[in-house]
Amino acid sequence: MIEKADQIFVLLGHWLVSFLPGPLQHPAMVLLGVVGIIVTFPALFAITVLLERKGLGRMQNRYGPNRVGPYGIFQPVADGIKSLTKEDIVPLSADAVVHFLAPVFLVVVVFMGYAVLPIGRNMTLVNMDAGLLFFFAIGASSELSVFMAGWSSRNKYSLLGAMRAVAQMISYEVPLLMSSVAVVMMTGSLSLNKIVDAQNQYSYGLPHWYIFTPWGFAGFILFAIAATAETNRSPFDLPEGESELVAGYFTEYSGFKFALFFLGEYVGMLGISGLGTTLFLGGYSAPLQVLGFVPSWIWFFAKVMLSMCVFIWVRGTLPRLRQDQLMNFAWKFVLPLTLLNLGVAGAWRFMGEGLLRWAVCSAILLVAYVLMARVGMKREHFGPRSYRYAE
Amino acid sequence: MLGEGILKGLGETARNFAGSFVSAERLTTVQYPEERIAPIEATRDFPFLVYDGADWEAGLRCVACQICEKECPPKCIYIVKSTDKKPDALGKPQIYPSRFDIDISVCMSCQICVEVCPFEAIKMDTEFELSTTDRFGGLLYDKKELAKSNEHFHKIHPTEAAEVDARLAEEKAKSEAKAKGAAAAAAAKAAAGTVAASPATAAKQTIAAAPTSAVKAAEGDKKE
Repeated sequence: MIEKADQIFVLLGHWLVSFLPGPLQHPAMVLLGVVGIIVTFPALFAITVLLERKGLGRMQNRYGPNRVGPYGIFQPVADGIKSLTKEDIVPLSADAVVHFLAPVFLVVVVFMGYAVLPIGRNMTLVNMDAGLLFFFAIGASSELSVFMAGWSSRNKYSLLGAMRAVAQMISYEVPLLMSSVAVVMMTGSLSLNKIVDAQNQYSYGLPHWYIFTPWGFAGFILFAIAATAETNRSPFDLPEGESELVAGYFTEYSGFKFALFFLGEYVGMLGISGLGTTLFLGGYSAPLQVLGFVPSWIWFFAKVMLSMCVFIWVRGTLPRLRQDQLMNFAWKFVLPLTLLNLGVAGAWRFMGEGLLRWAVCSAILLVAYVLMARVGMKREHFGPRSYRYAE
Repeated sequence: MLGEGILKGLGETARNFAGSFVSAERLTTVQYPEERIAPIEATRDFPFLVYDGADWEAGLRCVACQICEKECPPKCIYIVKSTDKKPDALGKPQIYPSRFDIDISVCMSCQICVEVCPFEAIKMDTEFELSTTDRFGGLLYDKKELAKSNEHFHKIHPTEAAEVDARLAEEKAKSEAKAKGAAAAAAAKAAAGTVAASPATAAKQTIAAAPTSAVKAAEGDKKE
């Protein structure tokens, strides 16, 4: 019974394709998986947007949307209808083809990342050996879409936003990859399924998630920071900073194309949350051994939605960074720490079981953190401006 | 230490998030169409014309002097003077506006028309739900739409309305006293000047002089 609940979608899929002739069964199964992903994650996107608007409202002591349906729960439906019926404007001087392709490309790329995410036990669309590599390769090409949008719009704000986005995404791609490399080092595999399996063990009823190790905890924090920047979320939302750049790279987008950008952004966030969950939070495994009877996919979605809530919480708290602060933070703080974290992960691997490795690894990371914060992130005090020639 | 402020900030937002569910005084939102808060007394948006008595057309205080029309900075007032005179609320014959239009899409709520009006005839309203589907005709208010009773004025701006009423009553009393005095003086003069003349003519003159001089006095008073 428990097994059946866990595998319900897999069994359902097998039952559905069993009506088809033999050679068609495999493609049909793949198609079903794709449809499942394309239906589920936009639904989660709608829930997230509502959660975000209500949650941010509550953080600012207001109600948030509460007009459409009871407690405003149909607000995403109303928003969807609105963006579908809005006029779609393409600027006269814009490159119409690229302008059209940019949002489509973003959405396609963002959905492709889900191909390798293990959503539940036996619920990976493509069980690729180099799944992590595939995810990052696909994730990196969303930068192209952003730049396509910014460049083709022929708008200075779009272009500035796209420039900022590309600079930011490339800077934070490095720590994002580096913090995941620690996980790959420990697991010895790039396959996301194997990474989850390595964490899906329990001692004394507690899970072996990587976040419960010093290097894993540091890695998770660094990964979260880099992921926030990678998805252009506040406080790293410079590419679309509305007080500076109207709407950044999608200034010239309206109607459904704008909705596609919005969808792409949130589905990308969900995807990177799913990756963080898989790498550090044990993927679809239960947080306690006694809770193992709950279907695995429920744990995956619970963890993803929890990390979305943290995204929203951070957005409600922090103001936007300045461009130089953003770059300094990436290159002078996050990147050195991720590099150090690789060393710490190696030390953890070869120090054997026991309290000693806990003490040593935590101490190294803590000392490094404090020192980096003192030295690297020292606030610069500028004196009065002096001129050499213009006196 | 780096990150301390971030944690503090996260705590603050979490406290606000949780607090907004338990304490009512945190959520200060007034859910407008269902809930309303009474406007403060100094609220103003667009002007209206005050009338006394029950009949809006007869009771309009406006005498079409056109001062407001000339002073209006965005020129949103349009007045046409009447050619005839009609008795106002007090029964005196006055010129009245045969047309009085305000384009509230142009009006900037500066209250200059109110400040310059010598007759306390134009005042600021507080009505703000003025949306209309006709953006030209619907926002051009004519005399009938602008006319609102003195009671309405009392309701929306009680202090100002009381002051205005007191001032008007005082002026009225003054002008009546003046008229009475003038009438008495005229009567005395007539009586003194026509000692030699026949008493019949004197009486006739007094009767004729009294009403006209009273009206003149009253008019002079108002124009000051």
